[in-house]
Amino acid sequence: MKTLYLLVPLAPLAGAILAGLFGRALGRAGAHTVTILGVLVSFLASCWIFADVLEGNTFNGTVYTWLTSGGVTLEIGFLIDRLSALMMVVVTFVSLMVHVYTIGYMAEDPGYQRFFSYISLFTFSMLMLVMANNFLQLFFGWEAVGLVSYLLIGFWYTRPTAIHANLKAFLVNRVGDFGFILGIALVLAYFGSLDYAQVFAEAPALAAPVTLICLALFVGAMGKSAQFPLHVWLPDSMEGPTPISALIHAATMVTAGIFMVARMAPLYELSATARSVVLVIGGITALFMGLVALTQYDIKRVVAYSTLSQLGYMTVALGASAYSAAIFHLMTHAFFKAVLFLGAGSVIIALHHEQDMRRMGGLKAAMPVTYWTFLLGAISSAGIPGFAGFFSKDAIIEAARHATIPGAGFAYLCVLACVFVTAAYTFRMVFMAFHGAPRYDAHRPPHESPAVVTVPLVLLAIPSVLAGWLVGRFLPVDSAWDFVVHGLVSLPFWLALAGIAAAAILYRRPSSLPKRIAMRLGPLYAVVERKYGFDELYAWLFGAGARVLGTGLWKAGDQTFIDGLMVNGSARVVGWFSGIVRLAQTGILNTYAFLMLFGILAGVTWVIWRFWS
Amino acid sequence: MTHAPLLSLAIWVPIVAGLLVLAAGGDRNAPLQRALALAGALLGFLVTLPLYAGFDLAQPGMQFVELAPWIPQFNVHYHLGVDGISVLFVLLNSFITVLVVIAGWSVIGSRVGQYYASFLMLSGVMNGVFAALDGVLFYVFFEATLIPMFIIIGVWGGANRVYAALKFFLYTLAGSLLMLVALLYLYGKSGSSFAILDWHALPLSLTAQTWLFFGFLLAFAVKVPMWPVHTWLPDAHVEAPTGGSVVLAAIMLKLGAYGFVRFTLPILPDASRELAWLMIALSLVAVVYIGLVALVQTDLKKLIAYSSISHMGFVTLGFFVFNAWGVEGGLVQMISHGFVSAALFLCVGVLYDRMHTRAIADYGGVANTMPRFASLMMLFAMANCGLPATSGFVGEFMVIMGAMQKNFWLAFAAATTLVFGAAYTLWMYKRVVFGAVANAQVAALKDLNPREALVLGLLAAAVLAMGVYPLPFTEVMHASVNELLRHVAQSKL
Repeated sequence: MKTLYLLVPLAPLAGAILAGLFGRALGRAGAHTVTILGVLVSFLASCWIFADVLEGNTFNGTVYTWLTSGGVTLEIGFLIDRLSALMMVVVTFVSLMVHVYTIGYMAEDPGYQRFFSYISLFTFSMLMLVMANNFLQLFFGWEAVGLVSYLLIGFWYTRPTAIHANLKAFLVNRVGDFGFILGIALVLAYFGSLDYAQVFAEAPALAAPVTLICLALFVGAMGKSAQFPLHVWLPDSMEGPTPISALIHAATMVTAGIFMVARMAPLYELSATARSVVLVIGGITALFMGLVALTQYDIKRVVAYSTLSQLGYMTVALGASAYSAAIFHLMTHAFFKAVLFLGAGSVIIALHHEQDMRRMGGLKAAMPVTYWTFLLGAISSAGIPGFAGFFSKDAIIEAARHATIPGAGFAYLCVLACVFVTAAYTFRMVFMAFHGAPRYDAHRPPHESPAVVTVPLVLLAIPSVLAGWLVGRFLPVDSAWDFVVHGLVSLPFWLALAGIAAAAILYRRPSSLPKRIAMRLGPLYAVVERKYGFDELYAWLFGAGARVLGTGLWKAGDQTFIDGLMVNGSARVVGWFSGIVRLAQTGILNTYAFLMLFGILAGVTWVIWRFWS
Repeated sequence: MTHAPLLSLAIWVPIVAGLLVLAAGGDRNAPLQRALALAGALLGFLVTLPLYAGFDLAQPGMQFVELAPWIPQFNVHYHLGVDGISVLFVLLNSFITVLVVIAGWSVIGSRVGQYYASFLMLSGVMNGVFAALDGVLFYVFFEATLIPMFIIIGVWGGANRVYAALKFFLYTLAGSLLMLVALLYLYGKSGSSFAILDWHALPLSLTAQTWLFFGFLLAFAVKVPMWPVHTWLPDAHVEAPTGGSVVLAAIMLKLGAYGFVRFTLPILPDASRELAWLMIALSLVAVVYIGLVALVQTDLKKLIAYSSISHMGFVTLGFFVFNAWGVEGGLVQMISHGFVSAALFLCVGVLYDRMHTRAIADYGGVANTMPRFASLMMLFAMANCGLPATSGFVGEFMVIMGAMQKNFWLAFAAATTLVFGAAYTLWMYKRVVFGAVANAQVAALKDLNPREALVLGLLAAAVLAMGVYPLPFTEVMHASVNELLRHVAQSKL
């Protein structure tokens, strides 16, 4: 079994190395064959392992010793339980779909092999993250997925916007990692171990500052899972090619923070304060990022803000101690968001890299497969009972309603209001892109994408519709059917319908209503449309601020004070002193003779005076 | 003495090779000189390998000891030996020397013999610093490193090389004069012994320890360099030829840090504990202040020089938190920085050889014309940011772990390097490598030649190997570091 566990991450790694180092020799077909093969092997092995875990077989063991110091042994090792096995299946499945989709999407790109190498490397890193049995390896995977994300956002490295976005993403994530590593260091300092099992076992009895540890770790989660106020990098990450927006910035990497907190549940359960913070942050992210999605026109940005909002939902679930619900939503979201992203990508390619929804419309007829899969993803996302998104979202709303810790009321209101918002922006997208009259360039009519694109869409749409019926595996419900029936008579369903209706009224046909509403809302609308001004604030505060501070320290500290005053100053003092001494060096013999005589006289006088008395 | 005099070989093989290169005549014999230099450097590296292979992990004390009288009148000995703290630096130094010889192969066209002789002799002398167990011998080697480096900067350096060479020389010389006084005081106090290991056991009053502490501090702090005596380094790096920068960053800075663990901590444990706050404060200033200064540099070499100072701040921080994570982390960081800074300066050298400019603004879009170079430099940039699975992570991680065991806020301040380090490194990378082709010169760039690819490839392998599997590096240190920590914890009053 252990060999099989090893095979899961190593197969994609092998693919990545082959495609990365020998891409030219392998050629395009060779590169996508080896990487897809690697991920396929990994996916099949993950399924096998998942089945095995469901039978009750778990594993916690070491692969090799990374380092020893201070009497502590740090290891690379795997923890295979239901949580990690599920994540492995989700990650490898979405990754496999994205690999196939990429054949079509990147067909004309000169960096074809490089792209396949990166996404396989990503798959490896993500698998190491979810399979870790200790904090160190978690951090390894954590940073490695960040690196690949950086490389992929900047994949088209000649575009100024792309290389700005990837730097921003990396640095914002680093702020999160800053908190994360402090959390890890606190764990090591208090527990003397970074092993999950040991730490979780000792946590209840040990007088460790659990709240501080949890908050520090959560800062890491806020970075990776793009929670307010570290959310700013995710919308910009859309500069990368669409397949990675689906894989990394929707389905898998951004959920690493959610996964991490769920993994650390035994610690978070010890600190209600930390969970309150998690709840409030999640609520803010869910509602306020969802509102931004209503105002954007770039189809990828709408999906990106939608991702932020959905991550907010998962965070609320974590704060409400509903870890299973969070992971359940993580899984359903991975499917329906991958559909939405890849569908958006299919549209973008069909329209020759057009991303503005104001120049789309009426694509329903030209792209039926894309339309229907996108629609199913949208329904699932809006949380219509029976579809996957409904089950997980409803579970979260219920959990928030029943939570009693401070902040729960606020979070509940946020997620409830966000149901309306989610349905509204999702269907705004459906109507603007696929319905109504065409607004694209009529001379270059769109065509349905090739099979390598549509087949993954269909394969992902199936679980986006059906995965919810697995609800019994995640949550203690008697019957999924009752769950649906109950959903039909509860408030969120009506809110979702209202959202869809609002979108239909405003966007189904050309209408001046949206503009009038925006005008009426005035500055409020502008604030939301400008994403609350966080980008500008951060650019001013941290971007310009750090440069001003750095320049100040350099010019005033290094150049003026240390070099000017101390170093060259002491040289000047020496120079000044030697200038005075130099006065004596006249080179005139008479002066020397006179001075010598004077010296001898003085010396003799001193000796006589000294010894006489 | 039953074993081969490996340490003597490590010191004298490069020096003799250097003399041979010099003896091979002028520039018309340059091919022969290059071959001789490479052979000498390789042989010098080979003789250090048994030091690791034959190293006894369980033994905390000195190994491969050589002892012979040198100046009997003053009880000065030719006394060599390495423990778990120093052995890796002998290997690192000899390894880097090989790379420097290869890197200068076709770049250095004038005074080839003298160039290579300087580097080979410098290499031997620096091995002497790491292996010396006699105070006088240490001092002689320590000071002798200045001469070849002074020549390297002064002869093969850039436009402003004389100012930089002098600043480097005077700064470091001034620093080490007080160390000489400290050594002589210890000689007198210990009843005429120059044996460093005797001094480890020598009882000293707190006042004496404090005076000695500052005597050593100035010498070592200048070399590291610690804030605020760091300003010679950016100037020296900017003017030094690529090979000079590589050796300066990879090895010479380590001489100062090594001094702290060989002299300051074990000889002056009480003063070290009393003044740890000062050392920690200076280290953190280096991490934060220098990190910000590095951000705004417009010169590639200056940026990497400031980055070096910031990274060396981690080393001194680790040493003065007095726990195994910190001290071993500091040592690991020294080795990693040896690889990473060498690699980054070599990368700048690759660019400079083609474009003859170090200004970041003159670059942009290098990835378009030099994709292989861009990937390797990405790896080194990430190692400089301390990304896991690169060597840069290991040391930073260990020092942060060590700092946390002392105090939360120490770790907090140290961990800011995750943000600062990434900011200055990747912003530089973005401006130089990413983007559209900036100008005709960039458009005409040729990717790495096999020689450059070999040198950078070896360093890349080292950086990755150490990041993925650091155990072989740290397990060598354990016994000696534990012994050192035991020593620091014991009062000498």
